[in-house]
Amino acid sequence: MHVRLLDIAHARSGDKGDTANVGVIALRPEWYPVIKEYLTADVVSKHYEGQITGPVERFELPNLGAVNFLLHGALDGGGTLSLKTDAQGKVYSTSVLRVVLNVPDAVAKAAGLPAFATG
Amino acid sequence: MSDTNTQDKVVRVASGQGFWGDWLEAPRRQVEGGQVDYLMLDYLAEVTMSIVQKQKERDPNMGYARDFIGAMESVFSAVADRGVKVIANAGGVNPVACANAVLAAADKAGVRGKLKLGVVTGDDLLPRLDELLEAGHELKHMETGAPLSTVRDRVLSANAYIGSTPIVEALERGANVVITGRSTDTALTMAPLRHEFGWGAEDWDKLAAGIVAGHILECGAQASGGNCLHDWRNIPDLANVGYPIAEASADGSFVITKHPNTGGRVSVPSVTEQLVYEMGDPKSYITPDVVADFTSIKVAADGENRVRVHGITGGPATPFLKVSIAYRAGYKAVGTLVYSWPDAMEKAQLADRVLRERLDNLGLKFDHILTEFVGVSSTHGSLAGEAGDVPEVQLRIGVRGPDRASVERFTRELAPLVLNGPPSVTGFAGGRPKIEEIVAYWPALIDKRAVTTHVDILE
Repeated sequence: MHVRLLDIAHARSGDKGDTANVGVIALRPEWYPVIKEYLTADVVSKHYEGQITGPVERFELPNLGAVNFLLHGALDGGGTLSLKTDAQGKVYSTSVLRVVLNVPDAVAKAAGLPAFATG
Repeated sequence: MSDTNTQDKVVRVASGQGFWGDWLEAPRRQVEGGQVDYLMLDYLAEVTMSIVQKQKERDPNMGYARDFIGAMESVFSAVADRGVKVIANAGGVNPVACANAVLAAADKAGVRGKLKLGVVTGDDLLPRLDELLEAGHELKHMETGAPLSTVRDRVLSANAYIGSTPIVEALERGANVVITGRSTDTALTMAPLRHEFGWGAEDWDKLAAGIVAGHILECGAQASGGNCLHDWRNIPDLANVGYPIAEASADGSFVITKHPNTGGRVSVPSVTEQLVYEMGDPKSYITPDVVADFTSIKVAADGENRVRVHGITGGPATPFLKVSIAYRAGYKAVGTLVYSWPDAMEKAQLADRVLRERLDNLGLKFDHILTEFVGVSSTHGSLAGEAGDVPEVQLRIGVRGPDRASVERFTRELAPLVLNGPPSVTGFAGGRPKIEEIVAYWPALIDKRAVTTHVDILE
């Protein structure tokens, strides 16, 4: 089943130099294991392909029901160098929520995940 | 004071400013809306130190966050008559001048006799930079590993991020207003807790708890409903938003709340969003005092607009301090034009091609040219999909490079497009884009033993 991150998580992002951090937080505790399992560094890296120049690092915070990503090379040099509107990475928090996860039906059903109609 | 009293004691630290430019009303509202013990004002961002350094070069009595003087005027009565203490990193690169400006304002307000200012210095490494380099402190760029010597002649400011110890010393010597330079944002909250509860310099878990409280408070209302994505439509009365307050206990637990009869919301989601803000490796949140483990933090609802935070652990600090160095790195300018329906996106794209061809024909060289289409793809890029039949698109184009004259010429190439480029263009009323000198940021580490802080008490 397709599940859109926007429907199961909220997020906040910020900057450190040329790196954006994106913290993704499950909207319900029972949805965190799904995010933990399926929102991998690889998925996020592919999502931002062509938009960031560096690798993606991933850290888990089970205590907060959250996963933190570092997107390296995301801010056109970062800080004062950047020419981007979002030079401080404030709204990566929203672009990450466009990710659509492919979750096995049984898992999605057990967790009560809302389905996302693609196409 | 008996142990029982310490165990029951609650210390209230209120956040009144999350950056230089934050809401001018917030400090006063925090001291008037209910009981608080400390008012914490965070003014400094990475870029701020270079701005204040430039101001100090023009006028040796400047070089600090001037908003702080107005903030102090708005809370003088609380400090003078009700014992509220203020802790602020408003000193920038000139904490002494900042303190003198506060004293002058206090004179006018007739409260000078009731102020005792603790002024923390020693973070400013600019006067010692060559001495430090000669002594073998390379101040290598933390990410690229390049030695500072590659940009030494362009350095504008250099400040070590200092921790809670000198602030605690100032409080112990009786200061009711503490002004620092480049203190870490989190130390401004942790220091008063260390002072009030007598936490030792190696009480790692408690120090880490103070740091987490500081992290939650350091961005002002961003923890109490501001910029909160979760359920944002239903966050009440943002016009009247209450800034966050930490009610801390001796055991390192604390409750985040806000004053009654204020807007915004303190909830587990609002606090959690702030916890993950600007986070790196959560297991190792490095500060000068302690390394906090953000995977240990427990948050729980504790009544309306109250969130209990507890269980925090930490470990020994590293032998280094982070140093924030700012250096001149060329020039940039960004300009915009608005194209309207029909075919707004196509017109904006054509204008972009025309402009780039003209820059090429002029032989102008830039390190980078960036085009964004605001309203279509500036924040989400290709993830946002095709433009569709949008009513308008803002073409936003920026350049950066080492040569000021090239950047200056770029700023003159935008306006002509209004008459000699694609049609249906407007929005040039703001005039020519502004040329900005780029002050870039060079993060480095330094052996803690090379940095000595001082506390002066001014009355």
